[in-house]
Amino acid sequence: MFARGLKRKSAEDGEDVEGGLAGAQAMPSYSLQRQSLLDMSLVKLQLCHMLVEPNLCRSVLIANTVRQIQEEMAQDGTWRVVAPQAAGRAPLDRLVSTDILCRSVREQEGERPGPDAGDGHTPDLVPGLATVPSAQALRSPQSSLWEVDSSRENRGGFQKSLDQIFETLENKTSGSVEELFADVDSPYYDLDAVLTGMVGSTQSGHGSGLQAFSSATAPPPSSSCRSDLGELDHAVEILVET
Amino acid sequence: MAGAGGGGCPAGGNDLQWCFSQVKGAVDEDVAEADIISTVEFNYSGDLLATGDKGGRVVIFQREQENKSRPHSRGEYNVYSTFQSHEPEFDYLKSLEIEEKINKIRWLPQQNAAHFLLSTNDKTIKLWKISERDKRAEGYNLKDEDGRLRDPFRITALRVPKLKPMDLMVEASPRRIFANAHTYHINSISVNSDHETYLSADDLRINLWHLEITDRSFNIVDIKPVNMEELTEVITAAEFHPHQCNVFVYSSSKGTVRLCDMRSSALCDRHSKFFEEPEDPSSRSFFSEIISSISDVKFSHSGRYMMTRDYLSVKVWDLNMESRPVETHQVHEYLRSKLCSLYENDCIFDKFECCWSGSDSAIMTGSYNNFFRMFDRNTRRDVTLEASRENSKPRASLKPRKVCTGGKRKKDEISVDSLDFNKKILHTAWHPAENIIAVAATNNLYIFQDKVN
Repeated sequence: MFARGLKRKSAEDGEDVEGGLAGAQAMPSYSLQRQSLLDMSLVKLQLCHMLVEPNLCRSVLIANTVRQIQEEMAQDGTWRVVAPQAAGRAPLDRLVSTDILCRSVREQEGERPGPDAGDGHTPDLVPGLATVPSAQALRSPQSSLWEVDSSRENRGGFQKSLDQIFETLENKTSGSVEELFADVDSPYYDLDAVLTGMVGSTQSGHGSGLQAFSSATAPPPSSSCRSDLGELDHAVEILVET
Repeated sequence: MAGAGGGGCPAGGNDLQWCFSQVKGAVDEDVAEADIISTVEFNYSGDLLATGDKGGRVVIFQREQENKSRPHSRGEYNVYSTFQSHEPEFDYLKSLEIEEKINKIRWLPQQNAAHFLLSTNDKTIKLWKISERDKRAEGYNLKDEDGRLRDPFRITALRVPKLKPMDLMVEASPRRIFANAHTYHINSISVNSDHETYLSADDLRINLWHLEITDRSFNIVDIKPVNMEELTEVITAAEFHPHQCNVFVYSSSKGTVRLCDMRSSALCDRHSKFFEEPEDPSSRSFFSEIISSISDVKFSHSGRYMMTRDYLSVKVWDLNMESRPVETHQVHEYLRSKLCSLYENDCIFDKFECCWSGSDSAIMTGSYNNFFRMFDRNTRRDVTLEASRENSKPRASLKPRKVCTGGKRKKDEISVDSLDFNKKILHTAWHPAENIIAVAATNNLYIFQDKVN
């Protein structure tokens, strides 16, 4: 299910990737695993049965988990843009065997990172998903799809988007459901693609409740996230169209 | 603790030797979704055993009477009645399908020759009457034996129709349909001890019905927040107290149980008692809340205790003590280190049910790999058994199973990673008076009996 052993472009920011790769060899850190749990949870919230009402209990429990992670990340101050390649590969390969997250707090105390000094990036709303800062810089200011604002607003936006999910769940109309699944030809569960940002951004652009998940601040273009301009154009095109 | 101690009900789950008795259902490896059993329930006498499935059908089995000429078939359950209880529906306002899956069946106490049960899907509850017909009238004046109308002018003499015996026919007919009272999915129904009312619970509300009245129900619990955005907790199960007709409990996705007294106010939003075990802060993880969500709550037959099932354990509570349970039994603690995987494949959201033995001395609940667990409350012993076709020789004793949690796997043990998480036992039932249990394994219903029986 998860892409393994894919060749990837060597990242420009060698140091980050090295750190990431090194992390991939050893046990992924608590924050990476927490990140992948967050991503998994968001995907689960998006995956709704087309025809039958989603299970409200399950949705509430997943949403509460997402909130928990969000709160912890806010406390840690670890909301930052993670280099997509590193974020994409390491936790996914170990998604199934992430038992760090199952350990108790006491066990984890030694492993959790302190507030991240960061690399100067503005805290990202949904660090794993929207990791195409260059694309956002290209976006036109009047694009209604994106909230290009301060992190605090975005945190509110995150909360709001979570609530929108519930509104969507409650008032589901066939229109929105179809929108959700209009362009899905690959399984949602391709977390790989989601985390690398391109395909994920387009998919999560569907549906009112889900747009906000992909919305993010506009951190300064990161040299670690350089990609083909052609790909970015394509992505922006799709985003603007939806 | 009061309990039905006498009459063929020896203590507990472990002084007993459980043996295979019967298995119902297709042998096919290919399981049709509609055949998956979604609820199992004995009636008050234990003579009838009802199952509901995802296809909306109800199958009722009846226990054969003792028969000296066929001693081996004594106590066997055979099909008594099959009927389509619910059909798939379409909610046009929301453009959503309403599943026909039977979520719960509850029997009414028997008051005459007919049997009554309530069955429910996500939205609609139905009262079914199951009655026998073993006589028919013969010798009508106006119609022939084959039903053709006779020409009245040809009739020269009148006769009185006579009742003649016929092959037993069991008919099921819907007597009441309780609809349009639930916005969210119904998870529980519970018949009151007054035998006149019952409750139905969905994710956010609980309604009280009178069995005779279908166009009205009273809302007695409503936890829907004004702003759905603030929703963080849902109702997961509800049940009436077995003897006190004003008392019921409901459990939540946050691992709490509220006991409510209907005498105190019309809307029981304020509980009389609040049962919650304080969380052990050292074992907190991101999955703590999910695994604390209660999937089932059941009063003991005595009415003094109640049992809750969360993802990893069963807890027995004394109704007089709200601060913590009096017993906690681990069902499959070896899954604690696998919670992330179980979250990923959604197994962590599986809702296991639990049940009491007739005397309340033992409790039972299901697990994965077609395993189910029994806990003897007196001897404090527990056992893991398996419902499988391999152990299906008549009256064959069930061998206890063991899951190896680490280190070297002994012979006959199964390692955690080899467990089949698609084979889950969510629904089990215990005969109200005897040591007979019914275990639903996907599309098969297993019946096990104590050897002594």
